[in-house]
Amino acid sequence: MTAYKQKPVSKDMILKVEHLRMQFGGLVAIDDLNFDVERGKITAIIGPNGAGKTTVFNCITGFYRPTGGMLTLKRANGEMHRLERLANFQITKKAKVARTFQNIRLFNGLTVLENLLVAQHNRLMRASGMSIFGLLGLPGYKHAAKNAIENAGAWLEKIKLVDRADDPAGSLPYGDQRRLEIARAMCTDPELLCLDEPAAGLNPRESLALNELLLSIRSETDTSILLIEHDMSVVMEISDHIIVLEYGSKISDGTPDNIRNDPRVIAAYLGVEDEEMDEVEELLDEAKGDAAPAGETTDKLDGTTVSIEKRSRP
Amino acid sequence: MDYNLFFQVLINGLSLGAIYGLIAIGYTMVYGILGMINFAHGDVFMTGAFIALISFMMSTLMPAVMPVAVVLVLVLVVSMVFTSVWSWTIERIAYRPLRGSFRLAPLITAIGMSIVLQNFVQIHQGPRNKSLPDIITGVWTIPGTDIQIQNKQILVIATTAVLLAVFSYIVARTPLGRAQRACEQDRKMAALLGINVDRTISITFIIGAALAAVAGTIFFVYYGQINFYDGFIPGIKAFTAAVLGGIGSLPGAVLGGLLIALIESLWSAYISPDYKDVAAFAILAIVLIFMPSGILGHPETEKV
Amino acid sequence: MNTRMENFCTNPAKARFSGALFQGICTAFIAFLLFVFIVGLPADLNIHNELQITPQFGYLFNYVLIAGAGRFTWCYSGGGIRGAVLAFFPGIILFIAYRAWLYYISAAVAGNYVFSIQFGQLAITAIMLAALLAAAWLFLYSSRIRSAIAGNIAAITPAMQRYAPGMIIALLLIYPVFIVTFVVDNMAQSQKWIDNYAIQILIYVMLAWGLNIVVGLAGLLDLGYVAFYAVGAYTVALLGNHFGFSFWLCLPIAGIFAALWGVMIGFPVLRLRGDYLAIVTLAFGEIVRTILQNWTPVTGGANGLFVKKATFFGIPFERGPNGFAAFFGMKFQAAHYKIFLYYIIVTLLILMAWIITRLRRLPIGRVWEALREDEIACRSLGINTVTAKLSAFATGAMFGGFAGAFFAARQGRADYTSFVFMESVIVLAIVVLGGMGSLSGIAIAAIVMIGGMELLREIPSSLQMIFGPDFRPEQYRMLWFGLAMVCVMILKPRGFVSSRTPSAFLNRKKAVPGHFTVEGNG
Repeated sequence: MTAYKQKPVSKDMILKVEHLRMQFGGLVAIDDLNFDVERGKITAIIGPNGAGKTTVFNCITGFYRPTGGMLTLKRANGEMHRLERLANFQITKKAKVARTFQNIRLFNGLTVLENLLVAQHNRLMRASGMSIFGLLGLPGYKHAAKNAIENAGAWLEKIKLVDRADDPAGSLPYGDQRRLEIARAMCTDPELLCLDEPAAGLNPRESLALNELLLSIRSETDTSILLIEHDMSVVMEISDHIIVLEYGSKISDGTPDNIRNDPRVIAAYLGVEDEEMDEVEELLDEAKGDAAPAGETTDKLDGTTVSIEKRSRP
Repeated sequence: MDYNLFFQVLINGLSLGAIYGLIAIGYTMVYGILGMINFAHGDVFMTGAFIALISFMMSTLMPAVMPVAVVLVLVLVVSMVFTSVWSWTIERIAYRPLRGSFRLAPLITAIGMSIVLQNFVQIHQGPRNKSLPDIITGVWTIPGTDIQIQNKQILVIATTAVLLAVFSYIVARTPLGRAQRACEQDRKMAALLGINVDRTISITFIIGAALAAVAGTIFFVYYGQINFYDGFIPGIKAFTAAVLGGIGSLPGAVLGGLLIALIESLWSAYISPDYKDVAAFAILAIVLIFMPSGILGHPETEKV
Repeated sequence: MNTRMENFCTNPAKARFSGALFQGICTAFIAFLLFVFIVGLPADLNIHNELQITPQFGYLFNYVLIAGAGRFTWCYSGGGIRGAVLAFFPGIILFIAYRAWLYYISAAVAGNYVFSIQFGQLAITAIMLAALLAAAWLFLYSSRIRSAIAGNIAAITPAMQRYAPGMIIALLLIYPVFIVTFVVDNMAQSQKWIDNYAIQILIYVMLAWGLNIVVGLAGLLDLGYVAFYAVGAYTVALLGNHFGFSFWLCLPIAGIFAALWGVMIGFPVLRLRGDYLAIVTLAFGEIVRTILQNWTPVTGGANGLFVKKATFFGIPFERGPNGFAAFFGMKFQAAHYKIFLYYIIVTLLILMAWIITRLRRLPIGRVWEALREDEIACRSLGINTVTAKLSAFATGAMFGGFAGAFFAARQGRADYTSFVFMESVIVLAIVVLGGMGSLSGIAIAAIVMIGGMELLREIPSSLQMIFGPDFRPEQYRMLWFGLAMVCVMILKPRGFVSSRTPSAFLNRKKAVPGHFTVEGNG
């Protein structure tokens, strides 16, 4: 593991997960998990069902209190926050971590626009002076309110829902609701956006639109993205970095190409017995022929890590 | 330390707790299966007490003279049957149309039915207290001590224990009980698996009402008087007992009932009878603040 | 059974008849089981104070018939709302017919049967029945009215919505003048209309608007709202009696104390889920009531405390030369004070409506509604749900305190009987019946429910022909209230006004239909 720790210093990490452990009674859901999320990039967590992906998410975003470990978030201005110690609304407010949910949690009875305005609540509350200035109709608040509506409008244009701005959020079709939830999370101005299965239930066309949206978020804003996903077309297309979990531990970590070819990942998804693992690895090595550069170490974990550093992004 | 008084107070508390516990079971079962607070249940209890009173008086008009025990059993059965009809009707008229809708609507309807029932009984039975001289008299002294237990208290506790055992068995062991527990967990799924949800819910209401009728009969025998308004406070206390014990849990309801009654008895005997309600409610508030699901309740984890 | 099947196949109309008949008989049987003890065998105290049973099989039979006939009509006319309206009529006719017959019998026996009085009562009954018939006809056969009732009252006349607030304020301001000039003979009689009706309804409107913030906007089920009402009233009483504070000084202090009390209760309690929150708030309400009832040295116990009247900018409302009447050169009338109070509460309500509407559009109001919809989503957006809930609770409590202060000035005293659990229930019922979150719907609900209850007091007991020889109107007031609650809830589970107007709009304001909004889990 020492090779893993000696990463080049140029990579700026927004989130460091160290020795994370989550135990529910006698069941250990996550065991000694370590990974980093790079700033300004899209990182995906994948793995078979029951691997603990949503549990990791809930630990990061404050819905579970981890049994052990450290979650350090470093903001762009250098502030460090220990997420496992913050109350869950503080994680969004102070550490600027936003999230979406597996089962969409929109405010169904509020309009689309109102959903986006609620997301900007903290800023608006300050401007309204705990509502006193707002009640008196002071211009400072009016200005902030107008800005908030404009900001919401800009996001609505991005997700192409401007003409449905005044409809109740519950009346939108499923794909639009997903995009609205992402836009709402972005309205909180987060530095880390956590998406829980954003492509679940989307048809291929909607998945493409989602990819576009996430790629545009990466390129046009300073937000880093961390997502859980099962849909490989999304994951492989847009991720810069993938972390693979199985039974609560990390089994692989790297670029999409590395992950695609990692025998352990393939075995985890296809369900190969432990005894057959070596056979599978040999078969894969044969299939690749001499694709692996000579002189690499035979330790699979190290080998994968080293190849990340040496290969460049396709 | 006056042990005599203490024991007396304890027995009083137990008897009262029997009444609260029986009513509380009705609340907890309905809440478990429908998720609604059946505010009318306290008044169903009051109706049961009235029916017991009237049928008892009818029996005194009978030409043949029957032993008191037989009369009481008859009165109990009559009260249970007719009170169940009331509860069944209320469910059919006021709650079934609102099933699956807005959560507050059944609550308001329940409060409305409670008001209707109270006033209906008041209009037709008159607003004054109805009282009868003691039906069961006599005391039993524990051998070897000075402590006396009234016969009617023994009757109350014994009846409650027996009936509780019977109904617990029904809920835990029979297919009906299973159906009920299935409906509590997931109504739609239970319906998909062939359980007649409507009938299960109706039977839940009937069982709750039957137990409330037992409580009503006991109340009437024990206190010797009933008034149309007497359903209200015991109803609230029984509901707080159900919540205290953990709503949805049958043993919890009984436990809650006993606790509240004991607190009331002890407080009113040793500190002040005026504030006994305050004591019971304050204990409820404190327990809920530290144990939000009640004593025997299962904590509801929110699925994210 | 076989004949029934055959009938069904060969003659649908006859099958419908026999089906309805069967249902009617079943219902009649159930009605018999229900009413045999409670109605048929009343147990009451005779002259010797002994309990005895006086059978009333007439009433029992009457009710059983009504139940059976009603159900038969309902089934035969196809069920649904239409069937219910049609079933209403045989019920009413049977109800009145039996009691009229009883009245005739008892009056004939007592020898005070006067035909002219009976004719007058018959005429009134006929007019009422005709009006009901017309209303039922309109309801059944005018789809516009039905869709209006099924839909949203405000949707019928969008143009009127703009002018409605102004018109309503104007009407409210003119009301006392209207009453004194046109309706009653002298000012003393106007007190009933201004005090018992208008002021009482407006107090409930104020309470319901306050509770609306907690239950309707933030979705926190509060069953102990009456505690804040009591805090307001007793604050005025205690400060006035011990420190001599005037009403005007006490009013804001009452609001502040009530808000503080709300924060104190809210802090430990607001993290409880929905129904547990309800029961704990109920418990606190009852605790407050019991303390008020028993802590005699401070709260006056069962008798309560005396409260001074409010003054007109320092001028008291009394009979002497320093009084309000003398100051303005008028003869002293007790009604002056009531009219003064009326204008105070109208002003307070206008202010309150303005504040609440404004708050809804501010971020805090939006967060209250978001809390009601989904608390977890709120937390995930960085909103401190604890402070948000507390703010809703405290604001609602503050308005309750204001209402309590006003109530104390109106009553002239503060005692525990006005602050029982039933009051919390009535206010909650008004909020839910009116449509959660809608100020206008709640106002309408208050007028209908409280106004209806008061109107029932007006029914002269000489109307015994219709209601029975031993008719006592007071008993029917609460019965009406309960029945109205049940009926309105079954017909319109989301209240009179079931849609919500959004607090901000991009292009144009569209009402959000009721079935999207959630009632909140506390």
